Amino acid sequence: MMTTRQRVAWGVILVLVMVWALFPVVSIFATSFKLPSELNIGTFWPKTWTTTNYEQILGPDGSARDLFLPALRNSIGISLISTAVAVVLATIAAYAIARLDFPGKRLVLTTALGVSIFPVISIVTPLFNVWRNIGLYDTWLGLIIPYLSLTLPISIWTLAAFFRQIPWELEQAAQVDGATSWQAFRKAIVPLAAPGVFTTALIAFFIAWNDFVYGISLTSTSAARPVPAALAFFTGASQFEEPTGAISAAAVVVTIPVVILVLLFQRQIVSGLTQGAVKG
Amino acid sequence: MASITLKDIVKKYGDGFPAVKGVSLDIKDGEFVILVGPSGCGKSTLLRMIVGLEDITSGDLYIGETRMNDRAPRDRKLAMVFQNYALYPHLTVFENIAFPLRLTKGQFSEDEIKRKVETAAATLELQDHLQRKPANLSGGQRQRVAMGRAIVRDADAFLFDEPLSNLDAKLRGQMRTEIARMQRRMGTTTVYVTHDQTEAMTLGDRVAVLRKGELQQVASPRGLYEQPVNLFVAGFIGSPPMNFVPGELDGDTLHLPFGDMPAPEAVRRSGGGSDGRRVLVVGIRPEHFEDASLLEEGKKDTGVTFEANVDVTEWLGSDLYAYVPFETNPDVAKTLEELDRDLDGEGLRTQLVVALSSESRVRDGDTATIWLDPAKAMVFDPESGENLTFDADAAKEIDAQNEVDRKASLERAHAREAAAAAS
Repeated sequence: MMTTRQRVAWGVILVLVMVWALFPVVSIFATSFKLPSELNIGTFWPKTWTTTNYEQILGPDGSARDLFLPALRNSIGISLISTAVAVVLATIAAYAIARLDFPGKRLVLTTALGVSIFPVISIVTPLFNVWRNIGLYDTWLGLIIPYLSLTLPISIWTLAAFFRQIPWELEQAAQVDGATSWQAFRKAIVPLAAPGVFTTALIAFFIAWNDFVYGISLTSTSAARPVPAALAFFTGASQFEEPTGAISAAAVVVTIPVVILVLLFQRQIVSGLTQGAVKG
Repeated sequence: MASITLKDIVKKYGDGFPAVKGVSLDIKDGEFVILVGPSGCGKSTLLRMIVGLEDITSGDLYIGETRMNDRAPRDRKLAMVFQNYALYPHLTVFENIAFPLRLTKGQFSEDEIKRKVETAAATLELQDHLQRKPANLSGGQRQRVAMGRAIVRDADAFLFDEPLSNLDAKLRGQMRTEIARMQRRMGTTTVYVTHDQTEAMTLGDRVAVLRKGELQQVASPRGLYEQPVNLFVAGFIGSPPMNFVPGELDGDTLHLPFGDMPAPEAVRRSGGGSDGRRVLVVGIRPEHFEDASLLEEGKKDTGVTFEANVDVTEWLGSDLYAYVPFETNPDVAKTLEELDRDLDGEGLRTQLVVALSSESRVRDGDTATIWLDPAKAMVFDPESGENLTFDADAAKEIDAQNEVDRKASLERAHAREAAAAAS
């Protein structure tokens, strides 16, 4: 057990970290409820709570609605598709890496690592030119492909690590018990790998969801522009009014899916960390 | 129920390393056969080839009358217990045991599965744990669940891969008798891999000793103990292990480091070198020594006695182990060192282990008079390792007797089973 002093020390550290992490979120949350005219009066909380900003981005007559809603649709669609593709491909790849001995195994892993640490900004300009020439510029596919380059490597690495933890004997035992390879995979491996796959999917989704550089460079209209890029195009009601309120409201709206996902998969993520002991 | 026949089974790994070099073995229906050997001898590989988890490079594997080389594991109708049990952590004990039944897709109704699992659980005393997850069980319970999964379906044979190595000593002893009882009762052909020679000796109807992928000897435990074919088998079987000392053959006499003894008939016949002298390896089991002061007069004359400086003694209640250091002969030192390495030894000092009666008053540092029965000593050729005192007829007789005993005890088990079912 911890002594009282240790407990107090941990409490202080915890509070500091929470403030550090949550202050910007709370600040944006507060700002999103401020009147545009009251943005610069210097208080943290709004003087008069208002939903003007939300009406502006979501309401039927909102000025930023035509900018925000298509962007939200693009973001959800593109992120979900790139996550799904990344997880399916990474599951198969990671399973092979963890279970089979084949030439080029290390090459696959190091290439994945290389791709994931390659600076995004240096590839954007050439990609912009290529995409324009082959007609992928400003399309969903035009974003999904570069997103895969971000999500696949990390998915392969996390899943490979996860599959390596699952004892191979389980699969062999299932085969001896009368299962086909596919049954052994489905009944013995998938239930154990599910938490890992969920966790990986979540990470991949956030990477795609949060991207800004590809989003702003490879799109030009609301046909494919994702939310982080769309936020940059918000304008105030007049030249003298900052769009800060609307941007904050949009930021709050796009944070909601993330929170929902974490709450939804919380159990899987936690069990992914605790399950796995076979011998003990 | 089925016999298992191995014909010249060879396993070469991708890098060309030969793990199993042409093993032939006939396992009869209902027989309990042990594959034993030091680590890296290929025993687990052999088992995994039987069950189908490793490809067979060459040779033939028959289960019953069917050649099984290219069949998938699930088509071989074998049940296996893995070293780390390989329980499915996401399933309850009940579902773990029911797993093989559920895979048969509609062959069993839900009621039948329930009945079968409960019968298996009752055999292994797991009834109270059926709804628990493997993670919450003790090592012994997990081991029993793994066995439950094997016995729940009507497998042709059971395969065990070092099933007790993760248990502590006491539990290991209990599970050992449990496995023996279960096998006798069910009469199912069983192949059991272990590196532990106690398990090999106590469980097996027959024991196959492997060394570096080659079969050394297949015999009953008593056959291996009393009539080992070579130095390796002699050194591997028995605990504490057999003592190996250099013995110089001079006519009819063997000069040992601590005294002389008459050379056994077979050795005399094999003859010495050009000058009639030859250095051999003499193997004497610790229990073939005795404290001379405790022997009756008549018995003393049947053997040879010698004076020995006892270095250390260990009193175990039933026995007293005395350790006697001796100088080895350089001619056979290399053979003995190599043997020690093969047996996973540590290459420590050369010493005799002498098992004396626990009444003996010999203590550390004493000079004791030790008696030895030369008829029980074995003599080995240092080059080939061959046992020169091997008596093929005696070995055959021991194994024949063993086979009779096995059949009798199987019949008794079946009779008891029938009686229990009738009442």
